[in-house]
Amino acid sequence: MADVKMVSLTIEGRPVTVPDGTSILEAAKSAGVLVPHYCYHPGLPVAGVCRMCLVEVEKFPKLAPACATTVGEGQVVHVHSAKALEARKGVLEFLLINHPLDCPICDQAGECELQDYTFAEGRADSRYREPKRFNPVEDFGGDVLYVQNRCILCTRCVRFMDDVVHEPVLNVSERGDRAFIGKAEGHDLTNPWAGNVVDLCPVGALLSKDFLNKARAWELDRAPTVCTGCSQGCNAVAETRDNVVVRLKPRPNEDVNQYYMCEVGRQGYRDFNRRDRADQPLVRLNGQLQVSDWEDAINAAAQTTEGRRLVVIASPNLSNESLFLLERMIGERNGAGVFRLTRGGESVLPGAKDLALRAERAANATGARSLGFSEVTQFTNAVRSGDAVFVVGDQLDGIDASELAGASSVVYIGTALPASIAGTVTAVLPVTNTLEEEGTFTNLRGRVQRYLQARTAPGVARPTWYVLADLLVAIGGNGRFYLPSEVFAALSATHTTFAGLDYEALGLRGLPLAPQGATASAEVTV
Amino acid sequence: MGYPHPSHPRETPVLSKYFGDPEARTLAGWRARGGYEALEKALATDPVEIQNLVKDSGLRGRGGAGFPTGMKWSFMKPDGKPHYLCCNGDESEPGTFKDREIMRWTPHALVEGVALGAHAIYAETAYIYIRGEFTEPYARVAAAIDEAYAAGILGANAMGTGKRVDVHVHRGAGAYICGEETALMNSLEGRRGNPRIKPPFPAVAGLFGKPTTINNVETLTAVPHIVKNGAEWYKQFGRADNPKSIGTKLFSVCGNISRPGNYEVALGFPFKEFLYDLCGGPLPGREIKAVIPGGSSVPILTREEAEGALMDYEGMVAAGTMLGSGGVIVFDDRQDMVRQIARLTRFYAHESCAQCSQCREGTAWTTRIMERIRDGQGTAEDLDTLLSIADNMSGKTICVLSDSCATPVVSGLKKFRHEFEAKIAANRSMVTVPGAPRASAA
Repeated sequence: MADVKMVSLTIEGRPVTVPDGTSILEAAKSAGVLVPHYCYHPGLPVAGVCRMCLVEVEKFPKLAPACATTVGEGQVVHVHSAKALEARKGVLEFLLINHPLDCPICDQAGECELQDYTFAEGRADSRYREPKRFNPVEDFGGDVLYVQNRCILCTRCVRFMDDVVHEPVLNVSERGDRAFIGKAEGHDLTNPWAGNVVDLCPVGALLSKDFLNKARAWELDRAPTVCTGCSQGCNAVAETRDNVVVRLKPRPNEDVNQYYMCEVGRQGYRDFNRRDRADQPLVRLNGQLQVSDWEDAINAAAQTTEGRRLVVIASPNLSNESLFLLERMIGERNGAGVFRLTRGGESVLPGAKDLALRAERAANATGARSLGFSEVTQFTNAVRSGDAVFVVGDQLDGIDASELAGASSVVYIGTALPASIAGTVTAVLPVTNTLEEEGTFTNLRGRVQRYLQARTAPGVARPTWYVLADLLVAIGGNGRFYLPSEVFAALSATHTTFAGLDYEALGLRGLPLAPQGATASAEVTV
Repeated sequence: MGYPHPSHPRETPVLSKYFGDPEARTLAGWRARGGYEALEKALATDPVEIQNLVKDSGLRGRGGAGFPTGMKWSFMKPDGKPHYLCCNGDESEPGTFKDREIMRWTPHALVEGVALGAHAIYAETAYIYIRGEFTEPYARVAAAIDEAYAAGILGANAMGTGKRVDVHVHRGAGAYICGEETALMNSLEGRRGNPRIKPPFPAVAGLFGKPTTINNVETLTAVPHIVKNGAEWYKQFGRADNPKSIGTKLFSVCGNISRPGNYEVALGFPFKEFLYDLCGGPLPGREIKAVIPGGSSVPILTREEAEGALMDYEGMVAAGTMLGSGGVIVFDDRQDMVRQIARLTRFYAHESCAQCSQCREGTAWTTRIMERIRDGQGTAEDLDTLLSIADNMSGKTICVLSDSCATPVVSGLKKFRHEFEAKIAANRSMVTVPGAPRASAA
C-alpha cells in the first residue's frame, strides 16, 4: 500500500488526497461531498450510463461523469456549479417524463433516490405534455417484482446478476425509450442472492414481494443487527413498525458481507415476531407451572443445581456474553455445555470476497466452541443420570424425551417453552430474542460483531445475559454484571482468544479475534 | 463515376473507377486492374514506414469524424500484445450509401485495404463488420475473402511473405448504434451493441480488450492507392489553399435531386457546382430549399449556405456544418421541414441504445413534440422546450447519438423556424392529442 501514488485535488473547495485511480465520485465521498448518482454502486462495475453524476472539472471541455472519471493531480472539481446543476436537472427531468409519479402508492417512497434528488436538484414542475409510456408489472420470480414504469434503467440489477452472482438472468431488452429490464426466458430470480437487486435498485422498480405494501419507509424504526441465518454474520438492519419486525436489509461491511445479504437471512425476520412467546417467569408448584416473580423463579432455577452436575444445552444463536455466563455456571457446578447445530447447503456469492450462505445455520457456533461448548446431535451421552439441565434457547425440535430422561431437573431459559418439556420443567425463565437485546456474535472467520436492540420484549421477558447474570449470582458464582459491556469486559479479561477486544471499540463493524495467530486460525478452520 | 449514372468529367474516380464493372469483383479481374500490388509492396515494408506514408498523404477518416488515419495507426506500437483491425462497414447513417457500393463492386479493393491496414498496425487479425441489411455487399465481400484465402493472399503466409493476415466478416443485426466504434466492438464480441465509456480508447483497450484500430471502409480502400502511387500523388487531390483536406471522397446524393447516386470528387469541390452540374440540380420546376451535406447527424444548410460551401472538412465547418460521412440529402421547396426533421428524430429515437438517460428519454420526447407539431398540435412553448431539451441532450452522453438527434432540431429551428411557427399557428390537424394544451392557451 505504501507505494500507491497519492493524488491531491480540490472538490467543492475542499482539499482531498486520495490514491491514484480513485474516481472523482469516491474522492468527493471521502471529502464529505455527495455527488448525486444512480447507476454507480461501489460493489458493481462502473457503467456510467445514468449521467446523473456529471460534475464540472476545470479545464475539461465537457462535464465529466464523476463515477467514470479518475482523479488528476491539481484538478479543481465543482459539484454544485450552475453548469453541473443544470445538467443534473436535465437528467432528472428526462428520468421523470415517463415515470408514473406514483409515489403515494410506491413502496420505495421515502427511501427513493429519484425522490431525494428531485427534491434536492430537480424541477418543481414538468414540461412533458405527451402521453406516458406504460408497461405492465412483471413477476421476476423469487421475491422480486419488476415495476417497469418506475425503472430508470441504471442497470445495477443487471450488473449485479452478471458480475457478482455470475448468473446472467437479467438484461436490457429493446432500445430507445422502449427499453426495459428483461429476464432470460425460463429463468427466475431464484438464486439465494438475487434478492439484493431490490436493495440495489435506487428507485421503486424492483420491489420485494414479501414487503409489498406492508409499511411506509418513514414509519419504520431501524436498528443495526447481525443476521442469525448462518455463521457468515452478515451485518444487517432490522426494520420494525409498531414493534413488529417487517424486514431485514443488509448493512454494508467491506470485511463481512460487502453490501449483500442472502434470501435465507432476509426471510429469517419472521422468527423474531413469534406470538407464542414465554413472557412470564414460571415455577412448578404442586406439579403445576405457576406464574412467579423473577426473584423466585431464578432462585428455583438455581436450587435445581445444588450439589449436582450442571449440563447446559445452549443455542448457537446465544450471544458471546450469554455463553460466557453459562460457561461460568458450568464451572461452578463442574458440568458441561453442549449445543446442536442445523446444517444446510452452502451457497457462495462468487463475485464477492469470502461471502456465502454458510453450511452452519447459526450465528455464534464459533463463539460457542471458543467458550468450551461442544457440538452434539443428541443429548443421551451429555446428560448423565442425576444431572441438572438448563435448556437455553434450544427449542428441542426433533429431540426425543428419553434423551433428557436421566436429568434430575430441567430448567427452560428461552423465548417459547417447547411442548416436549412443558410437563416436566421445574422453571421457565422468559428471555429476549436476538432483536430484543444487545450483544456480540463471533462469525466463522473469528470476527466479533455487535448487534443492538431493535424491538421490545413481550411481557416481563428480560435480556438473556441479564437473566443469566442473576442466575450466576444465585448459584453462588463470582461477578455482578449490570451491562452487557461489563460481561464482555470479563470475557475478554479471562479468555485469551478475546484478549484485547473492547465492547465499545467493536463499533458496528466488529473486529477480528486478536491475535490472528496459529491458534486462532486453527480454531476457525474447525 | 456517378454510379448508377454515367461518369461526369468533373469527377475524380479513384475508388469508384470500377463501379458497375462486374469483372472487377473477381480476383482475376481485380488483379488485371492492378489489384493486390499495393498489398504485396506493403507486406514487404516496415509498418512504421506505412504509417508515416499515410500520415504524409494527409488521408483522414472517411466515416465522419475525419481523424488523420496515419496518426491513428501510429498509436499502435509493437508491444507484444495481439492487435486487431476493425473495418467499419456498418454504414447506417441516413443518406449515406457509399461503402455499400465499394463493397458491392470492388470487394477486393476493401480486402486489400484491410489486409494492408492490419499489417500497418501490427495486427494479424482483422474484422470487417458489415451492416446486417447489406445482403449483397456481404455476399460480395465474403466471396472475395474466400478467393483471397484460396489464392494465398490471406492466411498464415499472406502473399508468400510469411506474415499472417486473417480477415473475418461479421454481419450486424440491424442497429444503427453498432456503427459507433466501441458499440461495434461490443457487438463483435457478442455483447449488446452499447457504446463504451472512453477512456480507455480502442488503441489502448479495444476489441477483446486489446489494442485496436477501427477504420471506415472508404478510408481503408483509399490506402492501397496511396501505397501504390505515393503520398505526393494523393496530395494532388484537394484545393491548393487547404492542405488539411486531401484526397478524393465519395458523396452519396439522395432526396429531391435529378440524378441521385454516388459521386467521387476531389475534396474542396464547390458544392454549388456539385449539386447543379454533377447531380443535375433540382427536379424540373422545383427549387432546392435545404441540404444536409454529411449524413443526417450534421446541421442542415439552407440553399444559400449550401451554394457557398466547399466540399471538404474545413469548408463545411466554415458553412456551419460538417462533412460527416458524405451523405448528401437534398430537400426541395415542396418539402415540409417540420415533417422531415420529425422523421429524422424518429430515427434516432428508434436507434438510441438506451444507456444514457438524456438520449433514451430525450430522443423520444423530442420526437413526440416534433410529431405533435407536425400534426398541427404544437404550441408556442414547444419550440423553446425543444431547444432546451436539445441543450440537455448535447455533449453529456457516452456517444454522440444524442447530439445527433439534437442537431437537426437546433439547426432546423434556427433556419426554418417560420415553418414551425406556421404549423403551430395553423393548428389544422383534425386529430386531438389527449392532454396536449391548445395552441390558444399559450
